[in-house]
Amino acid sequence: MMTIVEFGRKLRAREITSSQATEECLGRIEAENGRLNAFIFAMADEARQQAKAADAELAAGHDRGPLHGVPISLKDLLDVRGVATTAASRVREGHIAERDCPVVTHLRQAGAVFVGKTNLHEFAFGTTNEDSAYGPARNPHDVNRSPGGSSGGSAASVAAGMALATIGTDTGGSIRIPAAACGLVGLKPTFGEVSVEGVVPLSTTLDHVGPLALSVTDAWLVYRALLGGSPATPPAPAPVNGLRLAVLRSYFSDLLDDEVRAGFEKGVAAIARAGARIDEVDIRHAPDVGTVYLHICLPDAAAYHAATLDAIPEKYTANVRLRLEMGRYILGEDYVRALAGRDLLRREVDAALAQHDALLTPTLPIPAPLIGASTVTIGGKAEPIRNVMLRLTQPFNVTGHPAITLPCGTTAAGLPCGMQLVGPRNDTDALVRVALTVEEALARRSVEAPLA
Amino acid sequence: MTVEHWLQVAIADAEKRGMPDLKPILEALARATAALRAADFNDDARGPRRA
Repeated sequence: MMTIVEFGRKLRAREITSSQATEECLGRIEAENGRLNAFIFAMADEARQQAKAADAELAAGHDRGPLHGVPISLKDLLDVRGVATTAASRVREGHIAERDCPVVTHLRQAGAVFVGKTNLHEFAFGTTNEDSAYGPARNPHDVNRSPGGSSGGSAASVAAGMALATIGTDTGGSIRIPAAACGLVGLKPTFGEVSVEGVVPLSTTLDHVGPLALSVTDAWLVYRALLGGSPATPPAPAPVNGLRLAVLRSYFSDLLDDEVRAGFEKGVAAIARAGARIDEVDIRHAPDVGTVYLHICLPDAAAYHAATLDAIPEKYTANVRLRLEMGRYILGEDYVRALAGRDLLRREVDAALAQHDALLTPTLPIPAPLIGASTVTIGGKAEPIRNVMLRLTQPFNVTGHPAITLPCGTTAAGLPCGMQLVGPRNDTDALVRVALTVEEALARRSVEAPLA
Repeated sequence: MTVEHWLQVAIADAEKRGMPDLKPILEALARATAALRAADFNDDARGPRRA
């Protein structure tokens, strides 16, 4: 598979064209989508036209920058003019978007090629991608397993070489969870940084739009394009000597699969060997994050869906309908309590970051779960999969801090694990500089001492 | 409204609306709501709580 950076070098060296790369992706979609169900629909004709135009522009000397001619996929929550935004739901039957959402406009301006719209958990309301009107997306590392969610089809599309990068959304971990489950980099920017206009919401106070890609640099390039404006040079890695990192303990390490824990600790040791200082910190109210999240996310989602829950309830998948209905019962006073908890958690994470460049946790406490499983056994105890999968990512939707996941080894069965880095609010670039350094350290580790 | 009373009302409403499947989910939500209300960050009209 080719990174965006490699593609760009070859494109400008006239070793490849956008049309060739796009045909390669469309060919993989044709060959593999029946097995992976990553795409709800491909946009082959439009992609070919965009790629042809990108090649013509480059030949005429007009270079739009790092995303020029790059085939990418889009989670099917984002409006693209003239095509459906299904949200993986029958509720959206007959919908056609009248205009591009701003992030799609920015990607067009950056020269990206759209190969198709990807599968997701219905209305992004789940972590496994199983509840979709179009059937479950599957993990390219093991098709019996979930690719994670809700941006599961997006992650599968990149992991299977159907796109060089993809755009996902993240309300409780829906970029970082599937990125970790599929062995990718996934970046959730600071809350409010990337436009969510024209993107079907789950919770307007928790939703983020961001990239999944094959490397930190690729993720940054796509993130910058999402913001709009002129192309910029990728940031340099932060110097590893003097880097101050902190591993989050207690809540964040209480409930982990043994192989995930071992892989994470080896990764942390590799970063320390490279020269970074590693401390350990606690977020005192982290155990409250699940209930805080629930009492914000559920009413937000219920408000958006109230009219269709009453008018066409049969068009939702059963599980998603029940979760949405649950939100209609939350009292206003409890929503306000959750907002108070959110403020406190935000201050506590800010305080931890006052002394550190980034905070470290595993991304996903378990490897990709089997499709159809509702519980997972950790430490001899059965735990609900949804709660476990959200556990380490949702805190930073609640607080709004930028967070990125990087591949961090594999299990004995070959399933990817991820390491999450959390950075200071309103400085996603600072987090990316740290992530570039960590990516180098983890790559060196995998050469020196392969995991598991 | 106490969590217990809220749960009774919510389950009765769900059943009236033909959604008995909501009952176990509402019971789980009630446990979460009880935990939220017990958190030490909540305001109290009597003034700050003592630890």
